[in-house]
Amino acid sequence: MALAVTYSPALAQVDHSQMDHSKMDHGKTEKTDEKGHGDHSGHDMKPKPAPQLKPVKSGPPNAADAIWGEDAMRASRKALYNEHGNMSLYWFQGDRLEYRAREGENGYLWDVQGYYGNDTDKFWLKSEGEGSFGEEIEQAEVQALWSHAIGPFFDLQAGVRQDFHGPERTHLALGVQGVAPYHLEIDIAGFVSNKGDVTARIEGEYDHRLTQKIILQPRAEINLSAQDIPELEIGSGVDSIEAGLRLRYEITPEFGPYLGIEQEWKLGGSRDFAIADGQDPSVTNYVIGVRFWF
Amino acid sequence: MTKAFNNSLADPSRRTFVRSLASLAALASLPMPAWASGKMGHKMGGALRNGMDEVAGPNVHLHIADGMFRTDNRSGHGIGLNGTIPGPLIRLREGTRANLMVHNMLGEDSSVHWHGLLLPFQFDGVPGLSFPGIKPGGNFTAKFDVRQSGTYWYHSHSGLQEQMGHYGPIIIDPEGKDPVEYDREHVILLSEFADMHPHQIMKKLKVAEGYFSQQKTATFDDYNMNAEERLMWGRMRMMPTDIADVSAPTYTYMINGHGPADGLELPFEPGERVRLRFINGSAMTFFNIRIPGLPMMVVQADGQNVQPTEVDEFQIGIAETYDVIVTPKAGTFALAAESMDRSGMAQAALTSQPGKSAIFPELRDPPLLSMVDMGHGGMAEGGHDGHGGSGHSGHGSMAQGKMDHSQMDHSKMNHGAADKPEPAMDHSAHEVGGMRMRDTSLLPASVDVNAGVDMVAMNPQDRMGYPGLGLDNVPHRVLNYEMLRALKPDHNTREPDREMELHLTGNMERYMWSFDGKKYSAVKDSPLRFSYDEKVRVKLVNDTMMAHPIHLHGIFFELVNGAGHAQPKKHTVIVQPGSSATFDATFNEPGDWAFHCHLLYHMHAGMMQTVSVAFPEKAGQ
Repeated sequence: MALAVTYSPALAQVDHSQMDHSKMDHGKTEKTDEKGHGDHSGHDMKPKPAPQLKPVKSGPPNAADAIWGEDAMRASRKALYNEHGNMSLYWFQGDRLEYRAREGENGYLWDVQGYYGNDTDKFWLKSEGEGSFGEEIEQAEVQALWSHAIGPFFDLQAGVRQDFHGPERTHLALGVQGVAPYHLEIDIAGFVSNKGDVTARIEGEYDHRLTQKIILQPRAEINLSAQDIPELEIGSGVDSIEAGLRLRYEITPEFGPYLGIEQEWKLGGSRDFAIADGQDPSVTNYVIGVRFWF
Repeated sequence: MTKAFNNSLADPSRRTFVRSLASLAALASLPMPAWASGKMGHKMGGALRNGMDEVAGPNVHLHIADGMFRTDNRSGHGIGLNGTIPGPLIRLREGTRANLMVHNMLGEDSSVHWHGLLLPFQFDGVPGLSFPGIKPGGNFTAKFDVRQSGTYWYHSHSGLQEQMGHYGPIIIDPEGKDPVEYDREHVILLSEFADMHPHQIMKKLKVAEGYFSQQKTATFDDYNMNAEERLMWGRMRMMPTDIADVSAPTYTYMINGHGPADGLELPFEPGERVRLRFINGSAMTFFNIRIPGLPMMVVQADGQNVQPTEVDEFQIGIAETYDVIVTPKAGTFALAAESMDRSGMAQAALTSQPGKSAIFPELRDPPLLSMVDMGHGGMAEGGHDGHGGSGHSGHGSMAQGKMDHSQMDHSKMNHGAADKPEPAMDHSAHEVGGMRMRDTSLLPASVDVNAGVDMVAMNPQDRMGYPGLGLDNVPHRVLNYEMLRALKPDHNTREPDREMELHLTGNMERYMWSFDGKKYSAVKDSPLRFSYDEKVRVKLVNDTMMAHPIHLHGIFFELVNGAGHAQPKKHTVIVQPGSSATFDATFNEPGDWAFHCHLLYHMHAGMMQTVSVAFPEKAGQ
């Protein structure tokens, strides 16, 4: 049983661009073939080659072109493919928007991100910042990244980071973000600044469901530096560690207020800078905030 | 033989409702309903009624228009046909020539696909594939010879309109005597209604895995799983509760457009043989169907008559149809259609005493995925006979949350049944409990390995004998595919000309779905091509942890279920998680046909392909 697939539906038809569809007797056509094989041989027209249609062994499926015309099909065919797998969408998340009660001046923090793109390629924006009320902002940055899927669970992200605090810095950023085993959400990035400073940041957080709505979220962040950066009061090695625990109530999956505690330690050279500056290198924050996305 | 089509909630005027717009238009003195006059349009002026009327062929007019729809306490934007959700029952007769005229009164393109009907491909109703679609204000006529009988349905193939109500039943009465004898019939069209726009649903599926589930595992849950099992699922970055992507309470489950609170009644007279024509017209929901106290004789599947087989429950996948005969004595019976994840239920009372309400069973405990669903089938039992329905009983307890693989001896796992020789287990990085979750070396070269493939079934089993998730250890008779036997065992007399294997692939986290790792948006120039009249044995391997109802347009395939010459013909087959299913198809309907997962959002995410069947060669060419 070997039927060669050499017969093109395009060839089975006639050149429809020149056909008068109104005169086609579809009824008669189909009745000539009671098995309904769509055999349009009932047309009393000599089939002739239709060079504008591609042969059947390659190219897009084109049987409909022979019936409705290539032009009529073009837009809907494009939409068909686009609507089945090629969607782009936006997402914005305020992961941490919080008030931080602590010794001395209380503070605030934001940590937001968002993207626009498809399954594998996205434009990704991130912004983080913190400070104490009544003082100059401590840290503020925005990252603009291209994010590309490198596996089922991880994206590679590359782009720039702009700092808006202290001496202005622009960095090149390269990192990976995704979901590690145990649903651990990971964001690891390395930065090279316009002054040649090399730093890195490792963030991990995990949503542990206590119930469908109450979520306990441990979170850790480690900042690293390859060199002393006195201007920024950063020492080489491990610059700082943050460890936090937040208890969130998801009123909806999109909106969840939380309470928590977070401990920050400055270490090594950064610790010395902090002490010399009269700051406490170890700070405990009692936080209240909200996580949301849309 | 009485064929009382009665959509009950019996408003008598509804029964006498004008049967087609053609006759309605002829009676100019009658006021035109909103859907017929075009006033509803996309201004959403009108309301869509629950339930459906009947329009008899061969000439049928369908008007697609949107409006507000309400059921239970939920109301929202819907799309109906001829002013109702579902759209009207289209009644055709075998041997006639159907003339189905579709009018699009929406503000966007639309279409109607005649699900399960044999017809020339250009009338199949898939925009961009079989025709250009129907523009706003435009119309389209499908004319074809009706050469089959049975229970079918129709629905939009444009965007996500199907979720909003764009579907309805089709019954084709046979030309001669119906081998199924019955006194009364009821269409049971199952679907869901959400007041959330389907584009919003799609977005939430994409950005927030598990968004719609209220049954996820948590520290304080009722699942009988130990810490080790919970950790194993976490390590895999998968959820054992990933059973329905969208579920209640986002969905209200409906029968014939009525949510449970509507109290839908389906009347009968005691002693009648009642034919129930079940159609799963939902976008995303597998249903478990029971009528406690009333055995069901299954007589038809996907419109094709089967040898009668009696069951107490059956699972119906999206787009499947089953006809059953029940012979109830006087009384009121609860027709319960429980969603597979057991988050909700569609309900109707089958009653000989109108007004007497039925007592519906409670929702049963939600099931959990098992090791077999991860593609590690056969391991617990060692060897496997390929079509082992009964062999799966060993997993019954797992489905109830006792995933007892702590007691398994992994070293004795029998990989002999796998398609390919297994390399020695190297306990590499991706392993979980000694099992690799994504060993892409097991995939044939035809599969594109990319970020859209998060799992590879290590040892996929054919599960034709599996009754469906959560039904493998219920204490009564449940239908499975091995029980389906064609009533006329006259086919499957030819050996397949060739075999092919297709993999169902996905990524839960990113909500990507595809065949062979390639989303539809990525395969535009390479359809699945078949010679005319070629018979091909197609093996579908499910490399995901979800059940996929796979539908082929325009051509019935035969399930390879061990029934020999009585292999049942179907248009839709459920491929169980981590498992395989095989069908034989004779590609004798030329043209381009859609082939896709009938989970609406899976299809929308890319789980679709084109089947291109060559035209027959003609003499003298």
